[in-house]
Amino acid sequence: MSTKDNGVAITEPVKDPGLPEHLPRPTDVDPAQARRSERQISAMFGIATVLLLAFCVAYFAIDRSETFLGFSASNFTLGATLGGALLLMGVGIIQWAKKLMGDHEIIEMRHAVASSDEDRAAVLEDLNTGINESGFGRRPMIRNSLLGAMGFLALPAVVMLRDLGPLPHDEDKTVWKKGMRVVNDVSGTPIKPSDLEVGSLVNAEPAIMYETDADGQPVLEGTALLQAKSKAAVIMVRMRPEDITPSKGRENWGIDGILCYSKICTHVGCPISLYEQQTHHVLCPCHQSTFDLADNGKVIFGPAHRPLPQLPLAVDSEGYIVAVSDFPEIVAPSYPRLAHDQKKLDEKS
Amino acid sequence: MTDTEYTNIEDTGLGKKAGGPVEWLDDRLGLAGMAKKNLRKVFPEHWSFMLGEVALWSFVVLLLTGVFLTFWFQPSMNETVYNGPYNPLHGLTMSQAYASTLDISFSVRGGLLIRQIHHWAAMLFVAAMMLHMLRVFFTGAYRKPREINWLIGVGLLSMGLVEGFAGYSLPDDLLSGTGLRFVDGLLRSIPLVGSYLESFMFGGEYPGDVIIPRLYMAHILLVPALLLGLIGAHMLLLVYHKHTQWPGPGRTEKNVVGYPMLPVYAAKAGGFFFVVFGFTALMGAILQVNPIWAYGPYNPSEVTAGSQPDWYMGFSEGAIRLMPNWESTIFGFTWSWNIFIPGVGAMGLLFTALGAWPFIESWITGDKREHHLLERPRNAPVRTALGVAGMTAFAVLWIGGGNDIIATKFHLNIYTITKTLRIGLFVFPVIAFMVTKRICVGLQRQDANSILHGYETGVIERTPSGAFSERHAPLPAEIQYTITTHDRLPMLEAPAEADKNGVAAPHSRAAKLRARARKFYYHGAVDKPTVEDVHHAEEHLGEIAGHPVELGDDFQGVSETGVPRVH
Repeated sequence: MSTKDNGVAITEPVKDPGLPEHLPRPTDVDPAQARRSERQISAMFGIATVLLLAFCVAYFAIDRSETFLGFSASNFTLGATLGGALLLMGVGIIQWAKKLMGDHEIIEMRHAVASSDEDRAAVLEDLNTGINESGFGRRPMIRNSLLGAMGFLALPAVVMLRDLGPLPHDEDKTVWKKGMRVVNDVSGTPIKPSDLEVGSLVNAEPAIMYETDADGQPVLEGTALLQAKSKAAVIMVRMRPEDITPSKGRENWGIDGILCYSKICTHVGCPISLYEQQTHHVLCPCHQSTFDLADNGKVIFGPAHRPLPQLPLAVDSEGYIVAVSDFPEIVAPSYPRLAHDQKKLDEKS
Repeated sequence: MTDTEYTNIEDTGLGKKAGGPVEWLDDRLGLAGMAKKNLRKVFPEHWSFMLGEVALWSFVVLLLTGVFLTFWFQPSMNETVYNGPYNPLHGLTMSQAYASTLDISFSVRGGLLIRQIHHWAAMLFVAAMMLHMLRVFFTGAYRKPREINWLIGVGLLSMGLVEGFAGYSLPDDLLSGTGLRFVDGLLRSIPLVGSYLESFMFGGEYPGDVIIPRLYMAHILLVPALLLGLIGAHMLLLVYHKHTQWPGPGRTEKNVVGYPMLPVYAAKAGGFFFVVFGFTALMGAILQVNPIWAYGPYNPSEVTAGSQPDWYMGFSEGAIRLMPNWESTIFGFTWSWNIFIPGVGAMGLLFTALGAWPFIESWITGDKREHHLLERPRNAPVRTALGVAGMTAFAVLWIGGGNDIIATKFHLNIYTITKTLRIGLFVFPVIAFMVTKRICVGLQRQDANSILHGYETGVIERTPSGAFSERHAPLPAEIQYTITTHDRLPMLEAPAEADKNGVAAPHSRAAKLRARARKFYYHGAVDKPTVEDVHHAEEHLGEIAGHPVELGDDFQGVSETGVPRVH
């Protein structure tokens, strides 16, 4: 270490001592060690072969329904033999490289990443010759009309995407109608007010989801059923009538403390389901938006903005709970035309 | 291993037989020219260079297992009634996608194993990409001439997230359907065009009957093709630029020191493929992942409590959960900021910041040189601190994505967690920045001290007057060199606002901004000792007069318990 190197001042405080001397490994100097490593590595490859054969045996021998320590026996054995074999092969190869292959580090010089000035000049020249011969610069009409056509090539590509799906339609309707029964979403049976005790919650659906037509076919099935469910699913709760603070116009939407709300969160549309009967709060398990069912479905926490839409209820002539109308508010996550659709709904009522 | 035993390959029996075909190939492809450059190509070694390899090999595992899964999977939303071997779901109506995934899990032997390897490898793929990117970030490996490869890496990460999410949605179980429900809400929140995007993507009203076949196409064709192309470009550039290396004795900006491709690097990297594959296979054997049969088929009116995306989407999920419920009506349109900002904005911000950083940094530092030596994180304190601040923000969002799980497992109030994280998203990264920068500067000081004052030997000396002191000795030359190879700090000057005739300097606003950024970037960093400092220090440390005992060349200090130390 000196501040002067061949009489020239250097600016680095410490001189490069150069690559450290190569130290031989035990396997380089001791043939016994090398043979030992060789045996070890071959043993790994040998065991791997045995495991791969065991994999094939297990594939045919183990019944899919058998279990082992709570695992599927087939899955465990196949995975353990395959994984074990692969690991042993990998470790063996790496061990081979570390212990027995040459371990002299070598030096390669880097070259400039950029092209040389001559190359750049040559390319420029070729480029100019090409452009010149094409007349690209001299015949702007050809050039511009071609560029224009190229640009318009994007149009068919975009236009062709049009049939990916229909145009969005107004979303102010669900399958709920005046007089449609509220039915249990597991059994499809209609519900009487007396079926609900104070503090209880029922997951419910509109009766149409369980109805069949004259031929005995379901009215709604497949995609249509899923689409209907993703908007019309409801929860029905019963609380003490004195706990409820209905907003103006909603005083008679419930039946003796029975209220019905959309199950679809107004945030991104998860079905809300976690009900706390003491506080009358219902929480969406996806993003924890919390709504107060005693207070018109108001948002009290979380990322949802709009209150849960409420379904007005009544009792039909047979004593079952029915809807008075469709939801007076938009169900499902917000979308750009929501305000517009909501206005239409408000005008209707 | 000895040269005497070795017969050249062209003289072996196999070599003589293969000679003809190889010549035939070379006559047509000119292989030797390419092989000459690359067979003994040097790759430097360091454990952190392995992270990118994990990503590469887990991608290969994904291709292999994915092809296997396509033999049985049916990407259809047509309904079928299940009557397979899994009894609890007997008689249920479900999509063919879900039914065929059940078949892969229960009827195809080894099918569950391959499905689980595929899922674990996917999670490993994204994790390895992220760690690899952190390695590249914190060591400054993205600097010139590698900025384009960094951008390709950012593209790979974003494509990886899309690919993972598409795959997560395919089985059409209750969990993956809930994920799609979220995507639907996210699309709808996009201002003005949201409903159109939803309708075109889902082929009508949610959930429609085309989203799974479409995602399947994206998952097995479109995105993998993009990933493959980007990986190819990433590797080609890696070979062309030659790998970066850590500074050390004999390792400079002009060379690359390491093991040759053939045999050592090929063996280590190739062997590592088997290790990654074997590791994911063992995970598939003993760690259950995504038990779709426990969730049931998708039903838009059901959801399970504790629904979670795969880990790499957790930060996005957290952003959605932490966002306040802002929504406004402007010009008769509804603007769902509560979904759009965290859903599209957080992702966009992350990838924009990542893509822009190399260019922002080189604009601040004005550094246009090529860099092939890695920088120790401590020697770029502000970069390191910004990186840790970014990681902290990511972590806050990620924790936010699991706020319900944390609330139930630790019996905490979910609202308190959410409110704390809302504030924490802005406060914790600032704290992390300050703490990290302090640690970096402290480590730089320690480096400078160990050059100027040597290391503490653990040898206590007593002067004739009775005073005790600890003996210091110079560090080995290799270490001294390694910790002083980084660049010296630049001189910081205020930009001239006007020339001597009073004419305002052009672009002085940009110049002032840049000067402020430079000041921020270099503030507090400790420069390495100068040549003169080291010269003085050598003289000081070299004064052995007054030391009662010569320590000897091999001595490297002792520990508190008197055990000799080795550097």
